[in-house]
Amino acid sequence: MTAQKILVPTAAIIVFLILWELLVWAMGWPNFRMASPSDLLPAYERYWELFLTMGWQTLWRTVVGLLLAVIFGTALGMVMGFSRVMRDALYPLLVGFNAVPKATVVPIVALMFVGWHDFNTILIAFMISFFPIAVSVSIGLSTLEPEYRDILRALGASQSQIFWKIALPKTLPEFFGALKVSVTLAFIGTNLMEIVSPHGRGLGALFDSGKTNSDYPLMFAVLIALAFLGIVLYYIVVALEKTFAGWADRSA
Amino acid sequence: MENLIEIADVRHTFQTASGPLPVLDGLEVSVPEGGFVAVVGPSGCGKSTLTRLIAGLLIPDEGSVFVHGARVTGPRANVGMAFQNPVLLEWRTILDNVLLPLEIVASPLSKTEKQDRARKLLALVGLEGFENKRPSELSGGMKQRASLCRSLIHQPEVLILDEPFGALDAFTREDLWQTMHKVKAEEPFTAVLITHDLRESIFLADQVVVLSGRPARTQFTLDVPDTGIRTLDHLYTPEAAEMLNILRHQIEVAQGRVPAKDVA
Repeated sequence: MTAQKILVPTAAIIVFLILWELLVWAMGWPNFRMASPSDLLPAYERYWELFLTMGWQTLWRTVVGLLLAVIFGTALGMVMGFSRVMRDALYPLLVGFNAVPKATVVPIVALMFVGWHDFNTILIAFMISFFPIAVSVSIGLSTLEPEYRDILRALGASQSQIFWKIALPKTLPEFFGALKVSVTLAFIGTNLMEIVSPHGRGLGALFDSGKTNSDYPLMFAVLIALAFLGIVLYYIVVALEKTFAGWADRSA
Repeated sequence: MENLIEIADVRHTFQTASGPLPVLDGLEVSVPEGGFVAVVGPSGCGKSTLTRLIAGLLIPDEGSVFVHGARVTGPRANVGMAFQNPVLLEWRTILDNVLLPLEIVASPLSKTEKQDRARKLLALVGLEGFENKRPSELSGGMKQRASLCRSLIHQPEVLILDEPFGALDAFTREDLWQTMHKVKAEEPFTAVLITHDLRESIFLADQVVVLSGRPARTQFTLDVPDTGIRTLDHLYTPEAAEMLNILRHQIEVAQGRVPAKDVA
């Protein structure tokens, strides 16, 4: 079972790489149109040190941005979930904020906090990823059936007892669903800033330098490295979900 | 005899978006200690509001609700509630679900004593061996049994049952009726049962209160004679048929379909 869970996706990835290689070979595409997997290996070999340091830069800033999004998004979701007035007040603002394409905010933030490279990268990762968390927590809390509340309230339980014993655990499946979306969004945020920001760091900056130097295999190598990091983070979230909200999975 | 629950001339009006909505208008219900009162009435007449009054989740505009001689002014730990929706917590085992009230209410019992009591209650309702299962692994009837245990774990003075068997199939429901009698013999309680099922009301209760249509007042009260241990056979006697006829007529009056006629 476990072997199958690892072998099947690995085989799928290998098949994907072979098809990619074949496609480039059959079409006779030059590197500047599309690099093939066999071109990427020399790029990783040449720049492996850069990939490690830049990959780490991207990873830690994404994770910090995501953690901030979890804290802020949960708090905002709680406020909107428990108070009808706050929900009515904040929803339009929140939706409007989310509707603004973050690609347009990136240059503004880059200018506002010029030189504060870690800060503005984390800020964008945070801004792009807190929305799903806030919405899911607020919906989870506001749709709590009144009987759940009454069963504890009738015994004289406090609001915080109701929150910790019932509302919070009951919202966890929705929370993790949102977190899976947010984790990939946070990645996009980090990379947007890394690409746009001058003298940037991280995989986005490496991508940008590949572009400036017309090193096409490097650009594709960065994309694959990003995909790899994204998969790793995603499965960390899945593992957390299994630990904390495994009860919601009915397939077992 | 002093009544454990005394509801006297209660009036209450909800303020809704479309104006004031009177729900209770002259409600009178008395339940002696150890008594079992069933409340029946047309849909939407305010039966659930009554349960919230007794639980202290709602304070009436006028009139008073007394439990054990003390005026109800807010939630107190001495009630247990069970609803049509069993509202078990999916992330807890059945045993931990039953133990939930003891995490809120102060109890002199040790942890082992609490667990022993929960196991005893579960065994009493026929859920022995299911202590470590999750709610999702149980059938609807079994969930209601677990919910019943949870409402009794802290030995409440008043058990409030808001249509707990309403969503079950007829056979499961009859099973649970018998379980209720078994539980009451072992774990005496005072209960108010809200129901739509007249057979259920005369099988379980020793007094049936019929509420009028909204705004609800106490329209009629029927005493169910004490026949000792009740079995399902009791529902098919001429006496039971007569009681059901009287109640059915009272419901039709409450619905405004027929004028009241004089009955015995």
